Amino acid sequence: MATATGTGLLAQGGPTFWMPPQGSTGASAVDWAFYLIYYIAVFFFLVIVGLTAIFVVRYRGRRGARPEGAPSSHLAVELTWTLIPTVVVIVIFTVGLGGFMDISFAPLNAYEIQVVGQKWKWFFQYPNGYVDSDLHVPEGRPVRLVLSSQDVVHSLYIPAFRVKMDAVPGRYTKMWFHATRPGEYDLYCAEYCGTGHSDMVARAVVHPAGQFEKWLESAGNWVEAVPPAEAGRILTVGRPDGSGGRGCTQCHRVDGQAHIGPPLNGLFGHEVTLADGMRVVADENYLRESLIDPQAKIVAGYQAVMPTYKGRLKEREITAIIEYLKSIAGPREPARGAQ
Amino acid sequence: MTSIAGHPGIAGRIAEAGANYLSERRGILSWVFTLDHKRIGVMYLVSILFSFLLGGIFALLIRTELLTPRRTIMDADTYNQMFTLHGVVMIFLFIIPGIPAALGNFVLPIMLGARDVAFPRLNLFSYYLYVLGAVFAVLAIATGGVDTGWTFYVPYSTTTNTSVTAVVLGAFILGFSSIFTGINFIVTIHKLRPPGMTWFRMPLFLWALYATAIIQVLATPVLGITLLLLVAERLLRVGIFDPALGGDPVLFQHFFWFYSHPAVYIMILPAMGVMSELVSTFSHKPIFGYRFVALSSVAIAMISFLVWGHHMFTSGQSPLASMIFSFLTFMVAIPSAIKVFNWVATMYRGAIDLKTPMLYALWFLFLFGIGGLTGLFLGALAVDVHVHDTYFVVAHFHYTMFGGVAMAFVGGLHYWWPKITGRMYSELWGRLAALLVFVGFNLTFFTQFVLGTHGMPRRYYNYPAHFTSYHQHSTLGAYLTAAGFFLTAGYLIHSLFRGRRAPANPWGGATLEWQCSSPPPAHNFDRPPPVGDPYDMSRIRYDDAIGGYVTAEVAEPAGAGGGPGR
Amino acid sequence: MKGEAMLPAVRSAAAPADTAHPGAPRVAHHFATPVQQFESAQLGMWLFLATEVLLFGGLFCAYAVYRAAHPEVFIYAHRFLDARLGALNTVVLVSSSLTMAWAVRCAQTGRQRGLVGLLTATLVFAAAFLAVKYVEYESKWRHGLLWGRYYHPAHGRHTGDASGQAGTGQTGQEPANASAPGDERPMAAGPNQSPATMAAGAGPPSRGGPVTLGGAAGPGATPPAEATRIAASAAGPRGLAWHLRRPDSGRHDEPRNVQIFFAVYFLMTGLHGLHVMAGMAVIAWLLVRSIRGHFGPGYFAPVDLAGLYWHVVDVIWIFLFPLLYLIHG
Repeated sequence: MATATGTGLLAQGGPTFWMPPQGSTGASAVDWAFYLIYYIAVFFFLVIVGLTAIFVVRYRGRRGARPEGAPSSHLAVELTWTLIPTVVVIVIFTVGLGGFMDISFAPLNAYEIQVVGQKWKWFFQYPNGYVDSDLHVPEGRPVRLVLSSQDVVHSLYIPAFRVKMDAVPGRYTKMWFHATRPGEYDLYCAEYCGTGHSDMVARAVVHPAGQFEKWLESAGNWVEAVPPAEAGRILTVGRPDGSGGRGCTQCHRVDGQAHIGPPLNGLFGHEVTLADGMRVVADENYLRESLIDPQAKIVAGYQAVMPTYKGRLKEREITAIIEYLKSIAGPREPARGAQ
Repeated sequence: MTSIAGHPGIAGRIAEAGANYLSERRGILSWVFTLDHKRIGVMYLVSILFSFLLGGIFALLIRTELLTPRRTIMDADTYNQMFTLHGVVMIFLFIIPGIPAALGNFVLPIMLGARDVAFPRLNLFSYYLYVLGAVFAVLAIATGGVDTGWTFYVPYSTTTNTSVTAVVLGAFILGFSSIFTGINFIVTIHKLRPPGMTWFRMPLFLWALYATAIIQVLATPVLGITLLLLVAERLLRVGIFDPALGGDPVLFQHFFWFYSHPAVYIMILPAMGVMSELVSTFSHKPIFGYRFVALSSVAIAMISFLVWGHHMFTSGQSPLASMIFSFLTFMVAIPSAIKVFNWVATMYRGAIDLKTPMLYALWFLFLFGIGGLTGLFLGALAVDVHVHDTYFVVAHFHYTMFGGVAMAFVGGLHYWWPKITGRMYSELWGRLAALLVFVGFNLTFFTQFVLGTHGMPRRYYNYPAHFTSYHQHSTLGAYLTAAGFFLTAGYLIHSLFRGRRAPANPWGGATLEWQCSSPPPAHNFDRPPPVGDPYDMSRIRYDDAIGGYVTAEVAEPAGAGGGPGR
Repeated sequence: MKGEAMLPAVRSAAAPADTAHPGAPRVAHHFATPVQQFESAQLGMWLFLATEVLLFGGLFCAYAVYRAAHPEVFIYAHRFLDARLGALNTVVLVSSSLTMAWAVRCAQTGRQRGLVGLLTATLVFAAAFLAVKYVEYESKWRHGLLWGRYYHPAHGRHTGDASGQAGTGQTGQEPANASAPGDERPMAAGPNQSPATMAAGAGPPSRGGPVTLGGAAGPGATPPAEATRIAASAAGPRGLAWHLRRPDSGRHDEPRNVQIFFAVYFLMTGLHGLHVMAGMAVIAWLLVRSIRGHFGPGYFAPVDLAGLYWHVVDVIWIFLFPLLYLIHG
């Protein structure tokens, strides 16, 4: 059934005038509901506008003309055009409900991926602990996403799968889908979340049957496969294609400029002035604490908005990041906090 | 404050024909302290039109930025402020006060047969609250703007650095302006009806304003407490919406939409009331299904309080709650459909006169038709999950609010313009501008439905390149629409100075406001007007000598086809 | 519609209460009769009161949501309110409603001295209400029982007096005028237990512990009971480090998120208090006008309408009191 070209209006298929490609089993139900409502709406629209146009032409009167006259009320007519729309909307409601049930309740054997939304990046944590900034899923198997947010309300939206669910801070929400076509699909944040809302875009990558496990294994081990400082660099600033980063550079820069957070270069081993005036040296313990309990020490001149990475970074990843920061620490200089 | 008051001579020039509410007393203080509902209505009208201009400028800036997928003329933070302020200004300063304050204030007492609203001082106070609220909004713009979206969702709105508190306090004040107007209208309609005017002899515009006023009184206080809680959260860290302090961010959404959904019916009900008047008058026929149209307004007002959760289908609320809200949402569609069918039936076998107000009424049927029908998509759960927070929603609410409410507002403005100003405008330019607006509007917003179903989220500064051509069409349409409105402003202002003097009844309407002069005298009526069927046009005929309609003593025989409507 | 009469012929379109009704100078020009004017004003006031009910309705809704979600918070925290003071306030406010209603009657029957006296009595009762509220709020402030961000309980302030106060089961170290928990449950670790003694095992609170509690427990101050536990490295930045440590604050039985109760408490009673103040301003103005003799059987609408407002303010308190003070559990 899941052919890429598809014949007929409702075959699992590519994009139409109205809809993007159908990438999941739920997409069929949603599109079915959409086109049903569409044809009903077009029908009623043509009736209303058509009659209006006909009447305007047929009964056009010059100034002062008298109307032909007709009764001003008719109970049977009123009841008819009350009852017919009522029946129609109940039908539409039922169809919409059916599709909704399809996309709302995950099967029990769904493969679960944890998702964290954070301004302005998505993090997808796989069952083996690996975290990626894109969503990778296997074809032909139900996948459940458990969503939460580190800061404000985000919303994870994959148009091709016809699914969307808000990621709310302080609670977990769930969504699920069953991807049917290998490929890459757009994944958006659909709840306004600030400056980078429209950049909070990722990919939903559907791996063909059998390929997903291989990908997960090699992806999960990547930190061990590269030198620690290099791994740390990838975790901090990301790869050239944007993947791998953990969102540090959303707020921290590595070129010495202050941003939402202090710059990360020239940091390790130097003195830092805290908000209460104390001065501490940015050693390994300080950096580790800044990742796990960022509210414990706030650098002077910055706001206390850094989310915690406790539970989101493995020990070796923390070590890698610290190694990277050592590598960009530069010569020992007097501490340069933000102005 | 108003252009009329600023130039003391204009008010007199506009209405030299006889003593009227404009010429009665001169000078700016007579406007600042007026208790005349007509003058208050005029002041509201000028202020609201300025707000529309301001909101429209933000819209043009947004659309200009969206000409290219990446940065065009501004950075992301500025863009976020643009769409926030566009929404805040258009909703709180233009559409919600809109028809009730600018047109209703003027027309309601006259149409009712009363000499003023029940509480003239409260009416003036409402106007000054509007001005104060607008001042807060301008203050917010001037002190760093707002970038939360007009929906102020937490936790973003409680943690962002922009002037959220100022604009939220402004909205709070505007809410009271709305509440007091609602109280005024309800009491006026209950208590100041003249002898003989029963409920079912009231014109439908008054039914619509009454139903609107009920919503204003009952829903707006909930917005009030929501905004107060938002300010408390920002300033005092109360913790009621902050998950770190045990609060619930989704609770804010419930509170917010509990008002903001009925608010859209505050917007549309008066517009539907205007539609009833326009379609009836310009078909020279009584409205079809009067009772159904009247009661459907009340039904919409009541059901509108039960559907707010349809804004939250993807918020994490339970599927059961979503199902209930979806079902009720479909129920609220029925009374609107009833009205549309009744308007079309009114035109059947009428004598249709395509004056500018009627053109806008026809645009309403087309555009609100699309807007309302696309609401069916959004009410259906499965489809809404896909198109929620996309351009599909943006297109839907622009078709209903702009294509519906604003078209009715402009149509009503043209309809009552001769009554308010005593002048006629150029029909030629009126129709041209209307055409430009219609074409521009559809070009702007129809493509946005397609953008939405293809997944383009709303409030996006950058967008994927494959959406570019849709956005460019949309921006072109926006400029065309703006041109149409500038043209409208042009010929309307021109008419103030050079327009033909208006007769009492230029259009042949049967409601009471057409019985008094254009502009009306300060006290509305010399004698209490006789009250009968508000849509009985049997005695109204055209008089070439004065270029308007007059009411004959005896009913004229109708044309071929039978007597006038019941 | 009562009082049907044709609208009188127009004299002038000046301000309302003009010459359109020469016999009833206080009737505005757009009303046909004084009765119509009064009934319109009454309807308007009832509609306004409906908006007030809906305004508070949002807060009652928030109360319901949070209490349903966290009943333990409400059961735990409400004990810090003194139900006796709350009951006193209820009596005070109900009495003020009585005097207000009586004042309206005096206005209607033209008894000016009664009117002045009763309006004054209403004001006195209202002021007493606010005074009691002040006492309650002040005690909360002192004990750090504030909303959201500023909740840092510092129960049982004592000035380091080693002799201390009573032992088992009595939390007598509350200053006498504070809203004491009044709770006789022996707590394994009372709110005034110093962590040192607590670590030694459960038992009645022992006074005279090593902790010296002093200083105002205002927002931002380090809560005294935890002062000894905060390590040096975190002693610097205020307001955040200890904030996250509340689960280990030393009170075994305190549930998480107790601050939600106080947020709701202050929001509801605060908004109500603002309405009481606004009502007092209106009644004071009415008092001035009554002294000047403005009101009588022919004109008493302002007093009547203010009375309606005042009764609604009273009714709202009658709901607030049991919901906040009389929680069972």
